[in-house]
Amino acid sequence: MSTTTPEPSLEQHFEDVIARDQRIEPRDWMPDGYRKTLIRQVAQHAHSEIIGMQPEANWITRAPSLRRKAILLAKVQDEAGHGLYLYSAAETLGADRTELTENLIESRQKYSSIFNYPTLGFADVGVIGWLVDGAAICNQVPLCRSSFGPYARGMVRICKEESFHQRQGYELLMTMMGGTEDQRRMVQDATNRWWWPSLMMFGPPDHNSPNTAQSMAWKIKRHTNDELRQRFVDMTVPQAEALGVTLPDPELRWNDERGHYDFGEIDWAEFTQVIAGNGPCNTQRLAQRRRAHEDGAWVRDAAAAYAAKHAAKHAGKHAGDR
Amino acid sequence: MAEHREIRAGWPLFEVFVRSKRGLNHVHVGSLRAADAEMALRHARDLYTRRNEGVSIWVVKSSDIAASSPDEKDPFFAPSADKVYRHPTFYDIPEHVPHM
Ligand SMILES: [Fe+2]
Ligand SMILES: [Fe+2]
Repeated sequence: MSTTTPEPSLEQHFEDVIARDQRIEPRDWMPDGYRKTLIRQVAQHAHSEIIGMQPEANWITRAPSLRRKAILLAKVQDEAGHGLYLYSAAETLGADRTELTENLIESRQKYSSIFNYPTLGFADVGVIGWLVDGAAICNQVPLCRSSFGPYARGMVRICKEESFHQRQGYELLMTMMGGTEDQRRMVQDATNRWWWPSLMMFGPPDHNSPNTAQSMAWKIKRHTNDELRQRFVDMTVPQAEALGVTLPDPELRWNDERGHYDFGEIDWAEFTQVIAGNGPCNTQRLAQRRRAHEDGAWVRDAAAAYAAKHAAKHAGKHAGDR
Repeated sequence: MAEHREIRAGWPLFEVFVRSKRGLNHVHVGSLRAADAEMALRHARDLYTRRNEGVSIWVVKSSDIAASSPDEKDPFFAPSADKVYRHPTFYDIPEHVPHM
């Protein structure tokens, strides 16, 4: 990207496309800030999908039945796919994929705070599907109308798959709630541990989210963090009631005047700590991602060598044809 | 580090096109990195057609694609914007004519 001042007509054209609610495409002129903001957001989103495989993958080998294992495998594979759709979108903005991976393992770019919490029991798998994927859906559905075409299209693809994630989790929890007293206790315990971190997934409160206004003006974001958080709470309370679990917030109650549920204060100090790298599993998550990357180096090497050898052979064979 | 650079160069970007069902065109769905076309096809199957989204896949090295700017101000597209008569809505047909 050159930083010379653009022709006013290019900038005007960009603004017009946004104003008409049309999509910006990769080869269009766009302001540096728009490109940077998007690369940061899309990369962060991609990293979250990739790191997000770990908490659930923790239970694949110990799933209680073949059915649950097959479901969990498919779900974790989807999350890998989500990460790759998003890296693909980031590349259309000029980001380099290998560099993005390095940015993640060198902690130069962040991922969602939620994946730094441990999965202590199998009920956690269900609660992640219900609450974490549920919150992700709230976040992602409006992003299907994000102003950058490749990001919006990636989101459409992702949202189609998320519904399976949430439903398998909720069904798992319903099964456990219909089981023994111990199983019900596990579900309640997992709900207690994941509820507040799920609310933090929407990011800092609006008064403390300096980039929101610009992102909304550019239509990268369509709703503020607090709007989406409220929407999630309103959707989730009746689901918790149907399931028979209590959400761990004594201040949670319907507010007739607002037409929304009121809820208690989020522990933003905890959020800041987790984002800063001091959550319960940050070190472990990054170490595992780094290990996977480094252990895979020989595979990448071998594949590249094989491809180069074949290309050379092929070129030799067909040299006479041309 | 020098080795890493080489690997980067060795994994080109491929654009993926999927025919979602018989009778439809292949449509661009995204991209991926792969060592060669064969690996790109396998990865494309795993990445873009996990739920029967496709009956046929094309992969093309991104560097082999020639593209005009999609920007609608581009004169490349001017001829088509000019020729409104290419569109069915250009023609007024009376209400009582069926199946038009
Ligand atoms: Fe996902
Ligand atoms: Fe998901």
